[in-house]
Order: sequence, then structure tokens, then C-alpha cells
Amino acid sequence: MKKVLTGNFAAAYGATAAKVDVVSAYPITPQTTIVEILSEIVADGLLDADFIKVESEHSAMAACIGAQAVGARTFTATSAQGLALMHEMLHWAARGRLPIVMANVNRAMAPGWSIWADVTDSVAQRDTGWMQVYCENNQEVFDTILMSYKVGEYEDVLLPTLVNLDAFFLSHTSQVVDLYDEKTIDAFLPEYNPKIKLDVKDPRSFGALTSPEHYYEFSYKMQIAQENARSRIKEVSAEFEKRFGRKYDLIEAYRCEDAETVLVDYGTIAGTAKDAVDRMRDRGERVGALKIRYLRPFPVKEVCRILNSARQVGVIDRAISFGHEGPFFTEVKAAMYGSQIPIWGFLAGLGGRDVSIADIESVVTHMKQNEPSNIIWIGVKK
Amino acid sequence: MVKKKNSEVIVIEKADDMPPMPASMGSMRHNKTASWRSIRPIILEEKCKRCMICWKFCPEPAIFPTDPPAIDYEYCKGCGICIEECPFDAIVSEKEGK
Amino acid sequence: MSADTAKKKTVKLTLPEEEIMSPGHLACQGCGAALALRYALKGLGRNTVMSIPACCWAVIDGPFPYSAAGVPIYHCAFETAASTASGITHALSRLNQKDITTLAWAGDGGTFDIGIQALSGAAERNDNLIYIVYDNEAYMNTGIQRSSSTPHGAWTTTTPVKYFKKGPKKNIMEIMVAHHIPYAATASVSYPEDFLKKLNKAKQIQGTRFFHLFAPCPTGWKHPPDIAVRVGRLATETNVFPIYEVENGVYKINRKPKNPKPVQEYLKLQGRFRHLDEKTVNVIQDDVNRNWDRLLKLEQAFGEPSA
Repeated sequence: MKKVLTGNFAAAYGATAAKVDVVSAYPITPQTTIVEILSEIVADGLLDADFIKVESEHSAMAACIGAQAVGARTFTATSAQGLALMHEMLHWAARGRLPIVMANVNRAMAPGWSIWADVTDSVAQRDTGWMQVYCENNQEVFDTILMSYKVGEYEDVLLPTLVNLDAFFLSHTSQVVDLYDEKTIDAFLPEYNPKIKLDVKDPRSFGALTSPEHYYEFSYKMQIAQENARSRIKEVSAEFEKRFGRKYDLIEAYRCEDAETVLVDYGTIAGTAKDAVDRMRDRGERVGALKIRYLRPFPVKEVCRILNSARQVGVIDRAISFGHEGPFFTEVKAAMYGSQIPIWGFLAGLGGRDVSIADIESVVTHMKQNEPSNIIWIGVKK
Repeated sequence: MVKKKNSEVIVIEKADDMPPMPASMGSMRHNKTASWRSIRPIILEEKCKRCMICWKFCPEPAIFPTDPPAIDYEYCKGCGICIEECPFDAIVSEKEGK
Repeated sequence: MSADTAKKKTVKLTLPEEEIMSPGHLACQGCGAALALRYALKGLGRNTVMSIPACCWAVIDGPFPYSAAGVPIYHCAFETAASTASGITHALSRLNQKDITTLAWAGDGGTFDIGIQALSGAAERNDNLIYIVYDNEAYMNTGIQRSSSTPHGAWTTTTPVKYFKKGPKKNIMEIMVAHHIPYAATASVSYPEDFLKKLNKAKQIQGTRFFHLFAPCPTGWKHPPDIAVRVGRLATETNVFPIYEVENGVYKINRKPKNPKPVQEYLKLQGRFRHLDEKTVNVIQDDVNRNWDRLLKLEQAFGEPSA
């Protein structure tokens, strides 16, 4: 079944299609409609779930953790300040090995108050142990939520996933989304049934004091799980394509095969970049675009495989790690360590500033005319 | 990841011996707290009226509700609540390691 | 049970015999909090799932890979005893495990201070859980720092003798009663039968049920471990800690000392009050008298018609 949906509706429908047992969320612009539509879906009995209307994002994640630990499938959604308030709990969810799925509407951090797109909020959660996906369109939001439950719930993964969508560019923009049919989705996503959980028949304590003798190994196991997730994501994406006809991977390469210049991007900028690439190709320029879907686990091999055949690489970030450079630029550079391919770091669209096709084209022009550098502000009024 | 019974000490040699998250695999019963004790409560059977107040107020618990009550010296930490609470002075204190 | 204790049992017990909590735990000698959970689990039974935030019990239960409680425990962030329990109780209900009790088990710091927002949220939603604060009147797990439950006059490591805790402790019961929850009660580890009776009553009620449980701490209050139960008893006999319950807004005082003892009887046993002069003791006595009178009036105004 196809519907015209905003990104927020796609997220809410994704959680509904995944038949989550417990939703616990707190409203924040521009995530609000996710909470509203899920309230209605639960109230109308279209989703057999409990919706806990908590008094903060911190409690939203805490309640998801408690519920997921009992063996329920849970969902929440937030944005920016809400995600920051949750930060502590993200560690609890990941180290507790609870495959919660959360939609995060990427929004800039205050002050000044901003409700517009910027990925500083989610990038700041990079080291919590969550998998992180950045979506380009509303179909991808819906599909990624379904796939994230499946990937996260594998016994050799057991990790939560943050599904990111840009404020307004996706959250409030309507696109056609295929919602498939219930039977196919149910066949794809089996029930969640963890082996170890809060169970009076098998009473255990979870998360007790853990000495240096054991903590180190738990960290090691987290890393193994992230590495396992890399292959599970590929596997699940392949199954998804077979069942639903849409192809996903850790990355998405667009017209990169013979590209001399590859632009690395993520989120909605990836969509704009594809149009820019088409225009430049029409002019005979050999340009391609590489969309990074997963910040964690970071697709080192996949990124290198594409970039190693390019002559030059430009990374476009919608966030900056103050005192250093764009966060994805750092990741890509590190992945390319040892390569002689020159690489530029661009910043664009922070705080929701529009990134146009012309802006993307200017990136390529800049690379032609300048030596590589790490921080190039597109369109900043210096 | 099979749970051990009662007072067994759990040996973890490698990461594979552990569950994915810090989930307990055994009981604190393995931890014999007798060594914490500096005084040893002794129940005087002839003075004991079997009121079981000592059993009731033991925080470990390390008193068996038998007739007469019996102290579990493997776990008794020697807090002395039983001595203090006994209405019949039927529990006396002895210095440990005498 | 060792051989010499396997004697025939003919004794009569005032509490359920089954021990769910096991010995070997890491509580200090004479710990009120250890007694507290021992009783709570006698009352609630094995079909209980707990959330425990940072508090003494985060340590008492033992380190990975061990546990002493005997029921499932989710150790959670300091401020999330109630919100974690909300998630647990909704999931249990959703997964058709409705006969299981959800118990949030937190210290006074995790309840009066950092966890009060989550607790208020759960109580306002009337989530189906029992919340018990075992109150030892300071951050004892971190080494005796003042909380908003520390009483007037007390020494702690952050309220040194020269500048002891000023002002009364928060009235957490009134805060909870103001949430219109179906049941709120005080109890003390020195009166386990009363506590168990209330647990049994609470178990039959749906919604948020709150217990303010008095739990002496020999380590932090600076008294010998053997008098822990006596100190708790004196708190009630002096009206420092009244034992009462509020069921659907109806007040009932469960223990009314005929001749309340002077607060000095209670204070003098504890090193944390050793520095107090007569004037401060009188301030505390006045405060206790005022609170007790207020409670009597509440019972008169909002008690059972027959009371």
C-alpha cells in the first residue's frame, strides 16, 4: 500500500509495522507528530501496544530500557535537546544490550534556539554503542526502522539503533511511501524473544557493579557485536531487497564507477548531491556521490572500496566538531589512512541553512581551484 | 551462561563465559561473611523462650528459625542486633578469635 | 542448613518464613537497608521484578556475576528507579504477566533528590508499581553526604559539625499524597509486622503505591550496629518518624505513642547529632511536635469517619 507521508508519519508507521509492544516518548519539535500519530494509532487499536506518556526524554529512554529488558519490543523518538537529555540512558541501553529503535529528527542544538536540521545532536551520541543510520528520504525512514529491529535483535548483535532523519527536510515533507503489506512484513520480522531477560523464573540481576576484571571483556563484546552488525546489515538488506524490492547497504554509491571526483555525504544532502551529480555529468564532468548510511558501525571497507578508485574526494558535513573539523570528514579520512588520494572537508547547512544544488557544484569547483584543506565553510558570511 | 546453584564460585576465564550484558549467574551465598565478625553471638538454649525476635531482626539473614533458633556462623557478621533485641538476655557476646 | 541446626521446628513466626534474599550480601553490619529488602521480599514474594538505581543496594546485592536478592533486578541510572519500573510494569502487562509485582527500590537520594521527577511522572500516570524508598537520610553509598532527606541538625560529610544540616527534611509522603495515588504509607524496619501488613494491602491495589521506609544506618548515623533496630523504634516512639498510611486520601496513624519520648532519647544515641546544643535540640523537638499535631489534624479531617 502506498501513501503520501511526511518523514515523521513514516517513522510512526515504521514502528507500527514492527508491532512494537511499548512506546515511551516525550514531545519535542520537530519530532512531535511522531508522538501524536502513534498516540492515535494506539488509541484506535491499530497497534496493540502501551504508550507511556512520560515526563521527559530521560524517562522515555529509561522506560524503553525497563520494558525491553522484560522482553518487549520498544520504540521512542526524539530530537536535539531531547536526545542530549537522554545521553546517559543511551549508554544504559547499549551496554544493557537492548535492541531498542529510536527515531531522531536531526535538529541543531541551542543556544540560540533552533528547530532546523543539523546532525550535531546525533553525532554527539557516537560513542554510546548505538548503531546510527542517516536517512535520505521517507521511504528509507520506514524501511530502516523495520530493518533496524531485525539487525539489532540478532543474538550476536543485541544493539539499539538510532534512525536519523533531517528536521523538516524529511520530518515535515511529504513523499510517497510504500508501506507494503502486513503479511510480508511479519514474515520478514519475527517476534522479539530474547534469551536472557527479566524473568521471575530465572531471576538475575542486570548491570550490577562490574570490576575491571570483567568490564573490559564486556566492552570487547560490544565491539564484536558492532562488527557482527556489519555483516548482519548486509544480510538483512539483501533479504529486504528480495522481499520488498528496495536495495540498501551500509553505503550507497551514486554514479561512482568512473568518477574522478567523489562527494561523500549523508542525510538529505545526499539527495541534493545526486541531482548535482546528474547536472555535472550532463556537462561531462566525472563526478559521483557516496552516501554514508551508517555512522556506526562505520563502513570502513565499503567506503575505501569506492573512494580508492577516485582521483579526489570531498566530504560534506552538516555539523562540526568544534576545535577540529566535520565529524564524517574525520571518519572518512581515518578510513582512507595511507591513501594518497587528496581529500577536502566541507561544512554546509548547519542549523538548517539550505544546501542547494549550486552549493554542491561549488564544492567541486573549489576542489578544482584549491589545495586540499580540512575546513571549508560553504556560504558562510565571514 | 548457565546459572550456578547456590554457593558456587563462578569461574570466568574468557569473554565467551560471560553473557552479553552484566547479568548475574550465581548467588552471593558464595560470599561467606563470617570473617567480618569481631564478636560472636551465642544463644543460651536454657534462657531462650523461642520468641524468634532474633530471627526476625537479623539483616543477613543468618539465624535459622529452629527450636531453639540457631545462628549460621558462615554468614553472621556479628552486628549484635540479636543480642540487643533479645528480651530475655538469652544471647551473649563472645569475642571472636578467642 | 548445617547438621546442628536441622532440629525440629515448633516455633511460631510473626513473618513469612521463606527467605528470598540470601546471606553473603555486602551490607554493613546492622544495616537497616538489608533488613528492609529482606522484609519487602517476604511481603511481595518471588513474583517480583525490581528496578534499583544507584543507592546502597546497588552494592549490597553484590557485584557481577552474583546477586543476593533472589528476584530479577534491573540496576538502573540514579534518577530512573520509577521510569525504569514504568517500562517494566507496562511490558509485563503487555506480555501477559499481570500477576507479577513491579517494585522500584531506591534510597532517599534517588527519591527525594535526583529521582523525584521520574517518580512524580510515574505517580501522576498512576503506573501500576510499588515504589519503596528506604530512607537512611543521606547519600550513604557515596559516603554520607547530605540529601534533602537529611534531618535538621545532622552531621554529614558535606554538612560538617560547624555548619550542620539546616532545615527540616522534605516531607516526601505529603508530596506523594498530593499526587492522588491510591496508597502511600510510612513503615520502619523496626516494625516489620506493620510493614508486611501494609505490603499485603498494597499488593491488592492497582496503580502507584508508595512506601516511605525508615532504615537506620549505623555507618552514617554513627551508632553501634547492634542498636539499629532500637534507633528505628525510638524514631517512632519520639514521633520523629510517625507510622501512618494514606489510602485513597484517607489518613490513618498506625502507631500513636501514649507518652512520646523526648527527641533527645533518639538523638543522643547517634554520633551525627552529638554536637547539638540544647537550643538546637529544642528546635528539633518543636518541629517534631508541630509535625505530629499536623498529622493528628490531618487524620481528624481526612480520616475514616469512625476514627
